[in-house]
Amino acid sequence: MYDVVVIGGGPAGMAATIRAKELGLKVLLLDDNDYLGGILLQCIHPGFGIHYFKEELTGPEFAYRLMNKLDGVEVKTSARVLEIINYSDLEKFVVFTSPEGVQKVSTKTIIYTAGARERHAFEIGIVGDRVAGIYTAGEAQTLMDIYGIMPGKEIVIVGSGDVGLIMARRFSLEGAKVKAVIELMPYPGGLARNIMILKDFNIPLYLSHKVVEVRGRGRVEKIKVVKVDENLREISGTEFWIEADTLVISAGLIPNVKLLTEIGVVIDPSTGGPIVNDRLETSVPGIFVAGNALLINDLVDYVAEQGELAAEGAKEFIENGGIPSKRWIRLVKGENIRLLAPHYLSGERDVWIYARVARPMEDVVVEFVEIGKKIKLPVVKPAEMLRIKLRAKEISKAEDKITMKVVKHE
Amino acid sequence: MDKVKVAIIGAGITGASIARVLSKYENLEVHLIDKNPDVGWGVSKANTAIIHGGYDDDPDKYPMRAKLCIRGNRLWHQWVKELEIPHVWNGALIVALKDEDFKELEVLLERGIRNGVPEMRIVDKDELFKLEPGLTREALGALWVPIVGQIGPIPAVIAIVENAVANGVKTHLETEVRGIKVENGEVRGVETNNGFVEADIIINAAGLYADEIARMAGVDYFEIHPRKGEYWIFDEGIPGPKRVLFPTPTPISKGIVVTTEISGHLMIGPNAQDLPPEEKENTATTREGLEEVWKGAKKLWPQLPPRSKVIRTFAGLRPEPTGGDFIIKAEGEVWGFINVAGIRSPGLTSAPAIAYEVAEIIQRDLGIELVEKKKWNPYRREITHFFALSYEKVNELVKRNPAYGKIVCRCNKVSEGDILEAVERMKFIGVKTPSIDSVKFRTKATTGTCQGSFCRPRIIQILAREYGVSPWEVTLKGKGSEIGIGDVKVLVRGE
Repeated sequence: MYDVVVIGGGPAGMAATIRAKELGLKVLLLDDNDYLGGILLQCIHPGFGIHYFKEELTGPEFAYRLMNKLDGVEVKTSARVLEIINYSDLEKFVVFTSPEGVQKVSTKTIIYTAGARERHAFEIGIVGDRVAGIYTAGEAQTLMDIYGIMPGKEIVIVGSGDVGLIMARRFSLEGAKVKAVIELMPYPGGLARNIMILKDFNIPLYLSHKVVEVRGRGRVEKIKVVKVDENLREISGTEFWIEADTLVISAGLIPNVKLLTEIGVVIDPSTGGPIVNDRLETSVPGIFVAGNALLINDLVDYVAEQGELAAEGAKEFIENGGIPSKRWIRLVKGENIRLLAPHYLSGERDVWIYARVARPMEDVVVEFVEIGKKIKLPVVKPAEMLRIKLRAKEISKAEDKITMKVVKHE
Repeated sequence: MDKVKVAIIGAGITGASIARVLSKYENLEVHLIDKNPDVGWGVSKANTAIIHGGYDDDPDKYPMRAKLCIRGNRLWHQWVKELEIPHVWNGALIVALKDEDFKELEVLLERGIRNGVPEMRIVDKDELFKLEPGLTREALGALWVPIVGQIGPIPAVIAIVENAVANGVKTHLETEVRGIKVENGEVRGVETNNGFVEADIIINAAGLYADEIARMAGVDYFEIHPRKGEYWIFDEGIPGPKRVLFPTPTPISKGIVVTTEISGHLMIGPNAQDLPPEEKENTATTREGLEEVWKGAKKLWPQLPPRSKVIRTFAGLRPEPTGGDFIIKAEGEVWGFINVAGIRSPGLTSAPAIAYEVAEIIQRDLGIELVEKKKWNPYRREITHFFALSYEKVNELVKRNPAYGKIVCRCNKVSEGDILEAVERMKFIGVKTPSIDSVKFRTKATTGTCQGSFCRPRIIQILAREYGVSPWEVTLKGKGSEIGIGDVKVLVRGE
């Protein structure tokens, strides 16, 4: 029997595995790709690891550093988990398939780090012809940076989040013309450093616009764009067409939680990931979650950090035959908080709170109401995750809940 | 004995079914011609996938439809078994929402009885909600037609063509018919972009283009115009009905259907929008059409999911002929030219019956005595689907080929072995251009929650390897839909 089976060999899964190994646990790491590293390997741009490794790395470099620490761990790639069986709170089975066939292993805990998927064209209501040349940003990135395929030469990108902006740069560097980045919201969705890309490469950004239709015969030929008002309603008469051969959709990520929901793990609709306690344990005892399967992160450093936290949770679980019952204090969303995790705090340890605001605001106070904690910030943006440490002592001041809110500084 | 050469134009459900039935005969040499890279990519590709009950078509107005629909339904019960076509026999409810609707249901019931449809009856509210608890509370009753079923339409065409080819039918894909040679009032053959195909009999099963093909033979008494229908398909896990739910029909359409399609996804559609004859390639979805479907479906099924739960929308075209009935006949002026035209709804249901009808026409009207083969193989084995296998069975397959243990499409659990088998079967029926759609229709890869964003790049690699082409030359749906323009440095090099 394993102490931990880690599902997913991206940064969260590798960091969880390494930490679990350091803690003396017997670990199996499973990944369904032919290689470890997850999405990192296709992220050939720099900007990774500033917090975690204290230096700036590319995605593959970040992945490589983690891989180097996996010596002595049992790893299976090309291994897809088919089923998790919650046999008892202290024993689970993981059924997976690989070129060796279907196998079933038993384990005390599971750390689930299966990442996220991208929203696709149908989900965001684009109509028209079904033609070649429509890709999600991650798919275009895989084609270019894993397989060396150039998808097209005249590009329109939906969404100004980090992935979309990075792909705008990537396409430009390979000689393609990025004709527009179309953003639904009135503000750009990416980190400030990535928004600079648009200026660097002279790429027009259309805020408060959406792509509604694609037309073409075999390939994308033209893309219809329309302006939206402050309620995101289309303004008729503002439609225009952009000629392009490629449409790249970067309209957000959704945690991959299907295997978890099949065994009854409770999902938080605002994060799309599981509801967790400060050990990153889900509502099914002994199943922990980290990385983008927990909530969509903007920095890989946080993803790796969550992997480590989950491993420490698994250790505590194994030592105690379960996470000891405590007085769990709920962390709840207040004004201008769109999502947050973890959802339950014990007050026995310091905790990193990850949260996102619903809308940008300047000169604000992040307030944890019931415990009187206030943090001043010059600016908050939905694109930039808030990561705030709450101390054990602060948390334990609360009765049963702590409300997190973001308000204007007065 | 000289063989009679038969050229079938159109490898959709109709042409494929005809090819299969004609492959039973020793003295026929059957050629199946289609302009698309693969079979079933015209009208057959996008429809409601229902094996209808045969109560809908008025035998006075549309005698062919009335006769062939019920006969086709009965034949499908046999064909899905012989050919291992995915199917479900779940029955249909034609729902009355107003008191007046019962009058129409009575008409349908009577017509069904006249057409020979068994097992139909009108059910009251109590029984209706036992059959379908999620139906709108406004429903007053329904016509219950238990013999209705659903199949995978393209998997059906593929299965039929595989079986036909195994029985000696020759396919000509990516072959566009440019002319029909007629001499002394008899057909001689088909002129195509890939040369001349000699033929003593030409069967025009060209779907939306049947009028154009007929004109090439000098037959011009009918016209086909496209009628567009749009659909929504939702993510798995969204509760849908157990039966096929129809509203009470209108004169032009059976109405917007709510159903759980055979893969288990809630599907709604179609509306009916008439397009001019020149818009035979217009399969674009539209905001208006999809809205209409949404509103229509909501009347029967109020619990539609949020719009973000859609995984796909699509549009299909039905070929509407002059007069409204199927046109299935040997043309008197041109000996050897058989029209199988205007195969609109219920064409999928009728296809096997149409095929037998054509065999009869060949004997009766062309006077060709058909000699049955001593050995004709009615069976075809379904492609391996990892998702349908037990773990023991997977492990048996893995011993033979480890690729069966490796998942490529996560959402639908499609293994690399499934995909390799799809490629083998594509090559078997003569698919020359590798396309993602060819793999999709055989394996279900790319049709799940993520719509292929994870597996498409991996399928491209497999297709490139197996077909010996560069990865960027792999297509989505045939030439002109290549997935890339070259290697990643192609633009930087200035090519």
